[in-house]
Amino acid sequence: MIGLGHYLTVAAILFTIGVFGIFVNRKNVIIILMSIELILLAVNINLVAFSVYLHDVVGQIFAMFVLTVAAAEAAVGLAILVTFFRNRGDIAVDDANVMKG
Amino acid sequence: MTLADLNLVWPELILVVGALTLLMIGAFRGKGGPMFDGLAMLVLAAAAVAAATGEQGRAFAGGVVADNLAAFAKVAIHSASALAIPLGGGWLRRRGDDKFEFPVLILLAALGMGMMASAGDLISLYVGVELHSLALYVLAAFRRDDAKSSEAGLKYFVLGALSSGLLLYGASLIYGFAGSTHFDVIASAVQGEANTGVLFGLVFLICGLAFKVSAAPFHMWTPDVYEGAPTPVVGFFAAAPKLAAMVLLARALSEGFGTAVAQWQQVIVLVALLSIFVGAFAGLVQRNLKRLWAYSSIANIGYALLGLAAGGEAGVQSMLMFMVLYMVDVTGFFACLCALQRDGKPMETIDDMAGLFKERPGLALAMTVFALSALGLPPFSGFFAKVFVFQAALGAGLVWPAVLGLIGSVVAAYYYLRLIKVMWFDPAPGATEKPPLTAQTIAIAAALFSFPVVLVALAWLEPLALAAAAAFG
Repeated sequence: MIGLGHYLTVAAILFTIGVFGIFVNRKNVIIILMSIELILLAVNINLVAFSVYLHDVVGQIFAMFVLTVAAAEAAVGLAILVTFFRNRGDIAVDDANVMKG
Repeated sequence: MTLADLNLVWPELILVVGALTLLMIGAFRGKGGPMFDGLAMLVLAAAAVAAATGEQGRAFAGGVVADNLAAFAKVAIHSASALAIPLGGGWLRRRGDDKFEFPVLILLAALGMGMMASAGDLISLYVGVELHSLALYVLAAFRRDDAKSSEAGLKYFVLGALSSGLLLYGASLIYGFAGSTHFDVIASAVQGEANTGVLFGLVFLICGLAFKVSAAPFHMWTPDVYEGAPTPVVGFFAAAPKLAAMVLLARALSEGFGTAVAQWQQVIVLVALLSIFVGAFAGLVQRNLKRLWAYSSIANIGYALLGLAAGGEAGVQSMLMFMVLYMVDVTGFFACLCALQRDGKPMETIDDMAGLFKERPGLALAMTVFALSALGLPPFSGFFAKVFVFQAALGAGLVWPAVLGLIGSVVAAYYYLRLIKVMWFDPAPGATEKPPLTAQTIAIAAALFSFPVVLVALAWLEPLALAAAAAFG
């Protein structure tokens, strides 16, 4: 029988992969965007699992909000990425170093 | 939901309708201009008045709270946002980069910050945070042909999205283990002692919000974003969003976890002291004024958090006083930076400021006032701000953190005094251009507030902040 603990474990693993994806990855920004989506999906799994466990619909409503905002966030992120690419001709993370100090 | 609920969200309704209307006007005209900026400022002023005079209560099943704290924060946030519009509009026009989106984005950010100030549950907390963050990411990358600006926007976006993720993961754990998203229900669930799941969630939530107020150890985005983003935008970043996030933190901690103070106090004290020392020591080696002020803002957020850590009414009151006085200083300082230009280039390093006193005595005097005030020297406003924080901290028995905080501000004194020395005594490398009137007026007005107006203003600011803090009861 798959219980709440299993869902929470999967979500925690996904969350960790997402966070590591942002910090460890030195290649490109698209992978960072994917990692962010992974984090948000982990949160959604948490919310829906809790919602079922608590017999409370608020968790699912929260998950809807997260999905919607994640879409808006990805749109803004890609738009900023496009301006960055236009200025630099590259989206490698290593190159994002005009400012250091 | 009933129609009566809408009476409590007048400030938000005004901002939404105002922002969307201005967006349509801008889209059809294709350009902004001083008139357009003026309209946006009127919308913000209307929202501030609506917040100050509107009804109070809870709307949308407790999701939105309109109380004295929300009203106090909204008036401060909307006023600071309104000042950012002429400052930014003028600065962008001077560089031929005038776009009508600028005031619209400020309005949307102000809307998000207003929602943060009156969030009553985790969902409105998240929506408010995202609404203001998304507008701020775009504002940081606003000069899209400038490599530095778009890099700042990208860095801010990546780290901001990560912080939203942490915050959200924390929110989901709190929801699951406390059984509700409402702060008041959470408070009764954690009565006495919170279970591990809720505490885990609370730590994630605090981490996410610490990112937003750029408290150490989550401050690494701040110097880069401040250096790259357009100067007036940085002035805006350092003022209103910080207050909104601090109010949100105060509300989440006092309302949702007010029954478990001992469990979050240590975390907040630790974050506060780390911020004070990172801000003080890392600032010592900076040559760029925007980076320097980023570290200064990290240190100042540390003091605000120290006030908050004191807990209770006195703690929240001291945090509110500190943030409002700091907002005036930082807005004025960045107005000075916006005003100054030499040979068509902005003056952004400490060396650029050499000999400023001989050329622009007014602005140099104003910057001196802001530096001394940020340093916490009497009789400037920063001194009173710090007095409130230390009083609250001592009152709560946080003696050692207060002493360490004082040591941190002595270290930070070095960089403020060096700036003053360079401005007053070093020879000037060349003539500065005539500063624009708007930025100069804002800078001088903020300097006058810092001293002597503050002595009068404190008399009415203090009871207002107390009434706001009493909202937690």
